[in-house]
Amino acid sequence: MLLKSRKVIIIGERDGVQGPAIEACVRSAGAEPVITQTQCFV
Amino acid sequence: MRGVSYFLAHVPGLIRHGSKPSREIKKNPPLLESFRSHLRTFEEAVAYPPNQVFIGNLDPDDLARVPSPWYKHPVRDGSRWGPFGEIMPEDEFYGMMKICDEFQLVLLEEGFARDVTGKLRQHPLFSDADLLRLGNGVSLADIEQQLADGVTLPMYDRGGRLVGCVRTGHEEDPNLTAEILMENLAVRASGALALRHQVAATGRAEAVDFLLGGGEEAVGDRYNRGGGNMAKAIGELCGCSRAGGADIKAFCSGTVHAIVVAAGLVASGIFSDVVVVAGGSFAKLGMKFQGHLRHDMPILEDVIAAVAVRVGRDDGKSPVIRLDSIGKHEIGSGSSQQAIFDTLIVQPLDRLGLKLTQIDKYATEMHNPEITEPQGSGNVPRTNYRVIGSFAVLRGEIQRADLDRFVEEHGMLGFSSTQGHTASAVPVLGHAVRKMMSGEMNNTMFVAKGSLFLGRMTQLADGMSFLLERNKGGV
Repeated sequence: MLLKSRKVIIIGERDGVQGPAIEACVRSAGAEPVITQTQCFV
Repeated sequence: MRGVSYFLAHVPGLIRHGSKPSREIKKNPPLLESFRSHLRTFEEAVAYPPNQVFIGNLDPDDLARVPSPWYKHPVRDGSRWGPFGEIMPEDEFYGMMKICDEFQLVLLEEGFARDVTGKLRQHPLFSDADLLRLGNGVSLADIEQQLADGVTLPMYDRGGRLVGCVRTGHEEDPNLTAEILMENLAVRASGALALRHQVAATGRAEAVDFLLGGGEEAVGDRYNRGGGNMAKAIGELCGCSRAGGADIKAFCSGTVHAIVVAAGLVASGIFSDVVVVAGGSFAKLGMKFQGHLRHDMPILEDVIAAVAVRVGRDDGKSPVIRLDSIGKHEIGSGSSQQAIFDTLIVQPLDRLGLKLTQIDKYATEMHNPEITEPQGSGNVPRTNYRVIGSFAVLRGEIQRADLDRFVEEHGMLGFSSTQGHTASAVPVLGHAVRKMMSGEMNNTMFVAKGSLFLGRMTQLADGMSFLLERNKGGV
């Protein structure tokens, strides 16, 4: 998927990949994160 | 590490008051019928293999030999009693909640109270004074009249029979609602029973200098929300008359934080006998129930899990908390899995000059995958063990192809209910102590994580770790 210029909603997982890590990736791909959260599923 | 005790209360009637079930049933009342039909009996909960591991009748490694799904393969000779504690049925636990109630908040129906009194009279950890506090109960009409106020919470048994209620503590205080008080009474009750088991095993309650609470509950009123000191409220019921106390708060990692603080208090000489105690996580009852109903399996999050850990001076035989091994997640550490495990595992082991492969077992998030996977939450222990193993690959300690073997040898299957602070690393303590005392094991690293971001104050993660080692003697 091409992320350049897209707005992105990010939901990370504590025991997987956290929100800030995903945010760093999508920013490097030229996307604009509009909200970033990390959830704990336990 | 002088002793570790665990306590499970099987509470099918209380699950509906857990956070997720209470919200979903309120939105969709017909859901309650399906909900009720998927509640386990006490016998089924006792025979459930992970629960037998939790109280020490089975070893975590035994689970690998139990076919999946575990709930369809009960332990034939499973017992309510285990070397680490017990699994208590709901009616007796309701009795304990009443014994914990000093403000006339809990009303039990008189016939029910009479039956429970008879049962608790046979229990080795209950006294005549306890039974006096339990009292004679009230009429069913009194309970129904109380429920008419709209703010009192009903207490049902598994079959849906009304057996009691919990009243609000203040007309205008949102911190003393019946919901919060029911939660806190269940925390006090479960924590006290874990501590009573600990005192029964290691003796001399009056010798305890200090109690540290490691739970996630919030005790307080409108002027001191989360004021705390559940530790002393629990110790009061266990003969710890000389103990001071305070709570340590750090989400799911709070109990491990408290153990590290306890070790520091003892090592510094401030106190010589400290107990970390944590009641269960009431709000997480039934947290994944929708996944269980979707797969037509029993609602497995039907237990409240509590723990008590006694820390004292080195006696030359009990396992030792290595004070030079403590790992802490720092504010500047970052919140990625890699950053968290680097600070909690890799850096401490580097300081000690140890390889990751020199640690017999890692105790991480021990959530039972049979509970989490049906709701799409994955196998949390396995995910964590694979990350730890990946560090061993990156450091050249193992080959990439050996990752699965690393997980098998240095990890274990999750066997704890999703009880937050009592699922995070600490369920392994009892087994580790037992194996170190018998010489079967040299060391275990305990690694707990906390999700600070859930409180909406910071995006930070958290965590704490320590290495427990077999005592080499020579004190």
